[in-house]
Amino acid sequence: MSLSATTAPPPPAAPPRPPAARRSRSHKLTRLDLKYSPYLYIAPFFLVFGVFGLYPMLRTAWMSLHDWNLIGDHSFIGFDNYTRLVTDEYFWNATLNTFGIFLLSTVPQLLIALFLANLLNRTFLRARTLFRMAIFMPNVVSVAAVAIVFGMLFQRDFGVINWVLGLVGVNPVDWDAERWSSWTAVASMVNWRWTGYNTLILLAGMQAIPRDLYEAAELDGAGQWTQFWRITLPMLTPTFVFVVILSTIGGLQLFTEPLVFANGNIIGGDQREFQTLAMYMYELGIENLNTAGYGAAVAWAMFLMIALVSLVNFLLVRRTVK
Amino acid sequence: MSLTLRRSRVAAAALAAITALGGLAACGNDDTPAAGEKPAKLVVDTFGEFGYDEIIKQYEKDTGIKVELRKTAQLNEYRPKIVRALATGRGAADVIALEEGILNEFKANPANWVDLAPLVADHSKDYLPWKYELGKAPDGRLMGLPTDVGSLAVCYRRDLFQAAKLPVERDQVAALWPDWNAFIETGKKYRAATGKGMLDSVTTAASAVMFQQGGDLFYDKQDKVVADSSAAVKTSWDTAVAMADANITAETATWSPEWSAGFKQGTFAATFCPSWMLGIVADNSGPENKGKWDVAPVPGGAGNWGGSWLSVPQQSKFPKEAAKLAEYLTSAQSQVAAFKLKGPLPTNLEALKNPEFLAYTNEYFNNAPTGKIFGDSVANIQPLHLGPKHQAVKENAFEPALRSYENGQASKEKAWEQFTKDAATQGAF
Repeated sequence: MSLSATTAPPPPAAPPRPPAARRSRSHKLTRLDLKYSPYLYIAPFFLVFGVFGLYPMLRTAWMSLHDWNLIGDHSFIGFDNYTRLVTDEYFWNATLNTFGIFLLSTVPQLLIALFLANLLNRTFLRARTLFRMAIFMPNVVSVAAVAIVFGMLFQRDFGVINWVLGLVGVNPVDWDAERWSSWTAVASMVNWRWTGYNTLILLAGMQAIPRDLYEAAELDGAGQWTQFWRITLPMLTPTFVFVVILSTIGGLQLFTEPLVFANGNIIGGDQREFQTLAMYMYELGIENLNTAGYGAAVAWAMFLMIALVSLVNFLLVRRTVK
Repeated sequence: MSLTLRRSRVAAAALAAITALGGLAACGNDDTPAAGEKPAKLVVDTFGEFGYDEIIKQYEKDTGIKVELRKTAQLNEYRPKIVRALATGRGAADVIALEEGILNEFKANPANWVDLAPLVADHSKDYLPWKYELGKAPDGRLMGLPTDVGSLAVCYRRDLFQAAKLPVERDQVAALWPDWNAFIETGKKYRAATGKGMLDSVTTAASAVMFQQGGDLFYDKQDKVVADSSAAVKTSWDTAVAMADANITAETATWSPEWSAGFKQGTFAATFCPSWMLGIVADNSGPENKGKWDVAPVPGGAGNWGGSWLSVPQQSKFPKEAAKLAEYLTSAQSQVAAFKLKGPLPTNLEALKNPEFLAYTNEYFNNAPTGKIFGDSVANIQPLHLGPKHQAVKENAFEPALRSYENGQASKEKAWEQFTKDAATQGAF
């Protein structure tokens, strides 16, 4: 894409024109076309982004500086909402839950994805296309459906998981009553849904690694394992970081899975064991009509957190790639 | 120079064209009617089942005004739709059904709603007095006309009661629990005989007790949060704690998958049933359990749990006609018709005396005379003051704290502390 853009360099400085006005006019148009039409082509994205991305963000920022009632009045209060956040126990509880579930879902997910991608990358595997498609299937299923089914699997009285645990002599677990168990249940939904997606991206990255590197390594007598550690993994780093950043953005905005797991109760567990930041934002901003401004502040705090974590990831990558 | 100017003009024109297109699309149906014009169509928003389908056909025939009935199954999907319409100033129906929790919350901003009093006949004597009063906003405007009440009863499983060697007939079951202590004793007998919990969870009982007390619940008359000192709340809390201590529940949180499955699996043998709950019990239990459930009076007297009003939002273009439609839908005749179709209990005094209503029996619940059971208790309901965020305090502070105690996550003191602290934040408005 960037290639085609660079093949059309800006036209050279105009040489003296023949006096024919008509010709100069058409030339001007051509130049205009060359110079500015690319902006027109990309304009739709920026227009849509402006309306659905930038405007809501700025409006949220504006709201966060107010004491705002969603269906009533509002008044300017400066940064009071943000100072209130710092001492809000439930905000930090939600932050802890979000990062806890994020770690429980991202780390195993990426390890499994890496393993699966490596497997699918093998040349000897039969019916590779079938496997590649199958592994993506969970991602196509609607989140709510996944959450409802997993909610049943993790049910206390008649859930399959407790039944299996019972077979090996473990007492039934009340999954939504403890922090660790509810985090595990929610993380397992995320893992099930996103492992295949990440596998495919990693696989694409692996296929971009030149084959002759592997051939040379093989000639030198390197085994599969050595090849994976010495060639695949280092060459995959940029893709890996991309995947990590995507997972970060998605993981820190986790909403539907824990909400459905909580039977639709926005506080996420009787003691808020698995209320995520997105849920807390919704509770304040949409459910409680009178704290919409405070909810907007949570939204911005979330945005800053995600930006920060992504930045750290980016810096780490840049260093490794150099 | 002139070139750049022209270019920017072109760009501006293009941008204007695009915005205009968007603007047009948005304002396409924003035609303001001429004064006195009869509306071609009115829109009605309801949740769950109000039983208006047949009544509306009659209204269309009588008036020549078409009515579009928009139904939303779940209350928690319904509320955000109304909030969105109010927050953005467009998209609301002409007549909106407001459940008691929502109505009380929206009373804090009454300017969003039309005062119905000048638009309809005087109905102040036609309904249960407390129900009619609750339809008024603090500034005095009549925000809603009463549709239904929930009332209260106990749904119990005949087969499971029999297996536990308890009586199964309605009257004998009623005699088992004249008060809450007797109810707890029955639960203990059930536990001893079956090893299971009789009741689904302490929170349904807590709701029932609270609504029986009447008076101020989480708020006082000035809408100040009094959760930590309210007598009704304390009684309800103590009864629920006593039930948890006596271990008479199956610890299944209402609406959870354990709870829904429990109806079929017989995890518990009783739950508290406002009349709107009957349909939910029947759905969750399935046709194979038809006739196994029955309905008995609650221990400790009448109470009300739930119920709705019909309101007209300020943004309706036809407030007069919309108010008339709301009046039509809440008339005695309509309320009896709705009850027979889908079961919402009438609030219109005339409808409550209607012989057809009183003679009604529910086939699924072993032909229980639900018309009579609920109708009798409706007359004895204590007026309540719920306050603006009753629902949020109950669902996000009171019940989670009680459940925390019930399943052993928090001590009695810790749970109470959690409740009062959360009640203060959830109750702010």
